[in-house]
Amino acid sequence: MLPASRLEWIQGWGESQGAAAYLFRPSTIGNLQDCLQLARDKKISLVSRGSGCSYGDAALLPEGICLNFSRMQRILAWDPSTGIIDVEPGVSLRRLWRYVLGDGWWPPVVTGTMEPTVGGCLSMNVHGKNNWVRGTFSEHCVEFDLLQADGSLRTIRREEEPELFNAVAGSFGMLGIVTRMRLKMKRVASGMLEVRAVSAPDLETMLRLTDEAKDQWEYVVAWIDAFPGGKKLGRGLLHFGRHLEKGEEPRPEQSLRIENQDLPEELFHILPKSSMWRLLKPWTNRVGMSWINRLKYLAGATIGENALYQQSLAEFSFLLDYVPNWKKIYSPGGLIQHQSFVPVNQAEDVFRRQLELCRKMRLPSFLAVLKRHRPDDCLMGHGLDGFSLALDFPVRAGKRERLWKLVAAMGEMVVEAGGRFYPAKDAALPGEIYRSTFQDGQIEKFLSIKQEMDPEMRLRSLLAERLLGIG
Amino acid sequence: MKKRFKHALVIGASSGIGAALVRQLASEGCRVAALARREDKLRELTRDAGEDQVITRVHDVTAIDEVPALFQEIARDLGGLDLVIYAAGIMRPVAFDEFNTEADLEMIRTNYEGAVAWLNPAAERFGAVGRGCIVGIGSVAGDRGRSGNPAYGSSKAALDTYLEALRNRIARKGVRVVTIKPGFVDTEMIAGIPGLFWVISPEKAARIILKKASRGVREAYVPARWRLVMAIIRRIPSFIFRHLKV
Repeated sequence: MLPASRLEWIQGWGESQGAAAYLFRPSTIGNLQDCLQLARDKKISLVSRGSGCSYGDAALLPEGICLNFSRMQRILAWDPSTGIIDVEPGVSLRRLWRYVLGDGWWPPVVTGTMEPTVGGCLSMNVHGKNNWVRGTFSEHCVEFDLLQADGSLRTIRREEEPELFNAVAGSFGMLGIVTRMRLKMKRVASGMLEVRAVSAPDLETMLRLTDEAKDQWEYVVAWIDAFPGGKKLGRGLLHFGRHLEKGEEPRPEQSLRIENQDLPEELFHILPKSSMWRLLKPWTNRVGMSWINRLKYLAGATIGENALYQQSLAEFSFLLDYVPNWKKIYSPGGLIQHQSFVPVNQAEDVFRRQLELCRKMRLPSFLAVLKRHRPDDCLMGHGLDGFSLALDFPVRAGKRERLWKLVAAMGEMVVEAGGRFYPAKDAALPGEIYRSTFQDGQIEKFLSIKQEMDPEMRLRSLLAERLLGIG
Repeated sequence: MKKRFKHALVIGASSGIGAALVRQLASEGCRVAALARREDKLRELTRDAGEDQVITRVHDVTAIDEVPALFQEIARDLGGLDLVIYAAGIMRPVAFDEFNTEADLEMIRTNYEGAVAWLNPAAERFGAVGRGCIVGIGSVAGDRGRSGNPAYGSSKAALDTYLEALRNRIARKGVRVVTIKPGFVDTEMIAGIPGLFWVISPEKAARIILKKASRGVREAYVPARWRLVMAIIRRIPSFIFRHLKV
């Protein structure tokens, strides 16, 4: 019998999906091996879950064992002279940057929130606002220890086994459980960035400015107002950032102190940010969000146009942490996100059609973000030379089916254009659409590696089942 | 058809209301585990609804020791669980002046002890995950101590009280506990009994039960007119009730 006391309802970050699973919090490799043995004995499967930041079903497995890594978050070794750090998989990006910044280092790839664990980042092979320059998370991982489904442990080094390394990275945790990884940090001379904000009145300009900025700025990210159509379709604000170089800041040791990086607790020094979602919730509908997007654009395009200012690394990088628990504005239905990756030449056409379809189906995205990308080496990678558009949608009672249809329809546009999808964000994409974005034989190759490394399918997730048919 | 539940367990599914519930749930796209003693009846269910939709286990609800492991196994095989219906029930014909302890205890074991054995782990599970729906099929016979069948009536009364207590324990955690009190349903249980009225089909009873379960009502008479009848019967003073042949 599995202990009933361990059964918990576990949700994806977007809270639109969940499943009951037996939650275990291993603290050692031995504990993980015990969990694997238990799963074998009970003929069930396991799923790894970091901080639970994947929007959809990446860390969900009904009636299986859910491994929570909150007790495996030790920093095992740190060399401030080389920027090489050994960490357990449960170390969050928050813990990582706070640990290395004082020595003048910064994680080269971070997500929009500092909560994900490094284990999750490697499994989903996440990217940041500097994807064009730095690539994905796995490109900064030198090696990792992998606990395989049979309970054996092996070290996989990029240089020695690049093919296997790139199969495991971005494999949604389907090929093994990472128990340690060695990461290479990026040297920074200051804890500050120079940031430029510009506006784009339409999609064409937006894509052009993003593309032009990619070679001059380390970070490029654009916010799009997804509500207007016609000539204003795709309008939005762009933010470019670059690290301050040596000599540009008089006292860099100050900005490298973590207390000077912490995000403020209050907005305008008055409003506690932890309550901000309550203020936003009444506006979380089509009309309210349309006005918020409109006002944000207008403010950025007038007062904020062409502004050049300095911002701390944490402030610029972790925008999603500005309003704690902001996802609660979408309760009780939660939200889903859909992120399409489209080659440069097709991006304008595909994104235009996607935004128009959202409008037509009266399901506008409440938050839309555009980024520039480059290809990655992972077998199950999502990178390509192009742009990505991430769209947030509220999940409302009675509209769920229509929303899922919208996602499928947008997905078909991406497939036609030779694009890709980002599983960490996905919750609703049909498997056949996802699979058709890969070249002939690529999925089969991954599945044969899976069969070889985990013939009993001990490592599973709803996401892997939906997208790859693993299960 | 709208899917109201995704994964359901029906205990006592060989015939009558239980079998109708399994068919109705399966037709809505719900994956159902059907439990019953009679294997041939279970085979009929899988044949009708499809093996993908209905999984079956031969089980006697008085085999209480089997329940915890079987409950977990079923949840695993279904891939989740959001509805548990206890529909197992027997009514042994008892003559007015008959006192058959063995037959009475058999009814209590099936109608009440089996329910406790199955609904306890259901309540524990649903309480832990903060969601789910438990349905117990009681009876209008549990509302008063009728002279006709003391043990049957009292087993359903005990089930009624047990379900109310469960509700008071776990409703605050987001779990719905629904007590269903059917009147006369055209099942094997009432076959051959004369003088019955307002008899409804098991299919109609199943439709009403699932509607009530999805709404999460606390208690439902099936059909609803029994609520009024039983409200009157409950109010008949005992010194009059003892003279009535009901």
